[in-house]
Amino acid sequence: MDLLSQSVGVSHFMVVGAIMFVSGVVCMATKRNALGVLMGIELVLNGANVNFVALSSEFLTKDTGGGIGLDGQLIALFVIVLAAAEAAVALAIVLNFYNNHATIDVDRADELKG
Amino acid sequence: MAEYLAKNLPDWGLFNWLPESVLHALAYFVVALIHCILLIQVVAVGALVFIWLERKVAGRIQDRLGPTRVGGKFGWLQTLADGLKLITKEDLMPGAADEMLFKLAPYISFCASFAAYIALPFSDGWVALELNAGVFFILAVMGLEVFGVILAGYSSASKWSLFGGMREAAQVVSYEVPMGLCVVVPVLICGSMDLVQIGRMQQGWFTNWLIFHDPFTFITFWVYFTCALASVNRAPFDLAEAESELVAGFHTEYSGLRWSFFFMAEYGSMFAVSGLAAILFFGGWNGPVPITSILHMTHDVHPILGYLANFLGMLNFVFKCCLWVTFMIWIRWTLPRLRIDQVMKTCLKYCTPIAAVMFAGAVLWTYWLPGGLPWQRPFGNRYSVSGTGAAPTPSKVPSASDLTLAAGEEGGA
Amino acid sequence: MNWHSFFFLLFAAISCGFAVMVVLSSNIVRMAFYLIVSLGATAGLFFLAGADFVAAMQLMIYVGGTLVLLVFGVMLTAQSPFVSMKTSGGDWILAFLLSGSLLAFLIPAAFSVSDWREGATPAVGSVDAPPPRNTADRLGLGLLGVRVDKLEDRPAMLRAGMAGYLLPFEIVSVHLLVVLVGAAYLARTKRRAG
Repeated sequence: MDLLSQSVGVSHFMVVGAIMFVSGVVCMATKRNALGVLMGIELVLNGANVNFVALSSEFLTKDTGGGIGLDGQLIALFVIVLAAAEAAVALAIVLNFYNNHATIDVDRADELKG
Repeated sequence: MAEYLAKNLPDWGLFNWLPESVLHALAYFVVALIHCILLIQVVAVGALVFIWLERKVAGRIQDRLGPTRVGGKFGWLQTLADGLKLITKEDLMPGAADEMLFKLAPYISFCASFAAYIALPFSDGWVALELNAGVFFILAVMGLEVFGVILAGYSSASKWSLFGGMREAAQVVSYEVPMGLCVVVPVLICGSMDLVQIGRMQQGWFTNWLIFHDPFTFITFWVYFTCALASVNRAPFDLAEAESELVAGFHTEYSGLRWSFFFMAEYGSMFAVSGLAAILFFGGWNGPVPITSILHMTHDVHPILGYLANFLGMLNFVFKCCLWVTFMIWIRWTLPRLRIDQVMKTCLKYCTPIAAVMFAGAVLWTYWLPGGLPWQRPFGNRYSVSGTGAAPTPSKVPSASDLTLAAGEEGGA
Repeated sequence: MNWHSFFFLLFAAISCGFAVMVVLSSNIVRMAFYLIVSLGATAGLFFLAGADFVAAMQLMIYVGGTLVLLVFGVMLTAQSPFVSMKTSGGDWILAFLLSGSLLAFLIPAAFSVSDWREGATPAVGSVDAPPPRNTADRLGLGLLGVRVDKLEDRPAMLRAGMAGYLLPFEIVSVHLLVVLVGAAYLARTKRRAG
């Protein structure tokens, strides 16, 4: 019950951001499906966004009141837009790869291997 | 309302045995529950009425009567009978279907459609949650409906469903672009994305309605209506449910109650986009003639009169929404269906450029005529120039030291 | 009991839980669905932090745009739906070691600043809700180059309030145009030889 009444601070949001970031990194590292890797990238960018928004909120910092203010929200906006752009290009590349090799297994992309 | 309840619940002697913090939380919970129940009634009863209306209008356009037996001469309760039939149907699921996604898809559609009602004001201040970015929130949440369709199409393990689902996803996502551009035009005229503010700024006679503000906004409304038709998948844009081509599109394998959720989502979305059109372009809860202010039925005179004025405003709003839903039904049974390439061409070659030109035109109009036409209430700029106290004229670009947020605008008042 | 804390725990649990399920699942369509739920819960977290414009933008662009694109890609390439592309056990162990150490570093760092540990929520029992913040206006003006929350705090060369994000806004617009052209070129239908 104590967990439900303690006030939420930036640290708690940063823990959420850290967990999302780490799961994104593991996803990028272990998935063989190229789209799985792309999902990992989205998770990583999202974890960073959670951090930015938490630091910019005036409800979450006790004394200083405001943290980085609007900067955090604006940076989060730009990250969202750039993530969308990068996902579009990555998907185009993946589809090209699929058209040429009939598979999206990244382990099969080894034509340049020595 | 939640604060009022939290303050007074202990005084009324109810639930005194609960600790203070839980009481406080309970007050908020009760208020949220009331809001949700009221809004679900709107969606459910709306679906009931609109399905009946659709069948009647379809019948009349096709020179027949439509339902006439259930519930008296006009077949009022036909939809209720349909609902009973659907509930008692066998719950089928294809053997090769992805079970979890198949069962989840209708609820995703319905929740996305229902969540738009949270920010939709039914009258002055009568909104579940007055969001500062209300318009944006409604557009964002209605765009999530496409997931229900894609997941339904994929998880049904049938090629007709998959094609229907992909076509609808492509259509809805493409039409979000011109719809966003069209919605931005009233937002830029009013200077706020808060739907309650936009409604309040259209008070008075019907000449204050944004659709009559300038010719660009007038054309924008028709483009918005076309895009709204496409985004809720109504004919002539209903490729996804094309009965004559794809069996039944993405909901081929759905029967009984699951199918009815898709349809409640569709009629809910129709009402929501009509509501958005009513607020953004037609003054929302303000009638053509400002009866309530002529008769001095405001809150200052007496709280009950204020409540009554708001109630009349709500009736006004619901009437406008029903009008536009009827118009959508009328169009469905009049125009033939568009092919998928025609749908995409309409979006990319017609709606988007026209919306962009209207946006540019509206920007120039508000720049050159900030007070609007002579008989209109001036919307003007929301940020005042301090010192001189005059609104910035086009010839004088305000320097940053002149620019302040006027005190009244600060808290979003 | 604080609804703020309750909803924070709910959204955080959904967000982190489904993110972990994305990693552990092997069916690509289920992974896409779990990612959708996780990012939707993150939008809820943004609402709780008071950034309602960013939250609406997350729902509209990230979930409603980027993930739809991703799901399209999944549908187009998942020919045999449950083809197994499993990672070997050794790879998993290495990944978990590295991620565990990264987490062990990040979480104590998050709790190390004393200002961050507690929030500014009002005392229990007080019913003064904060007024609705006008974030959309401030963000819009910030993107136009005017920082209304920092009118006096500015670099010496610029006028008061002119420390905004106009240049990044323009750069991002051109960037999006370039990406659009590039992606359309990359994904064009190529005429097959013969």
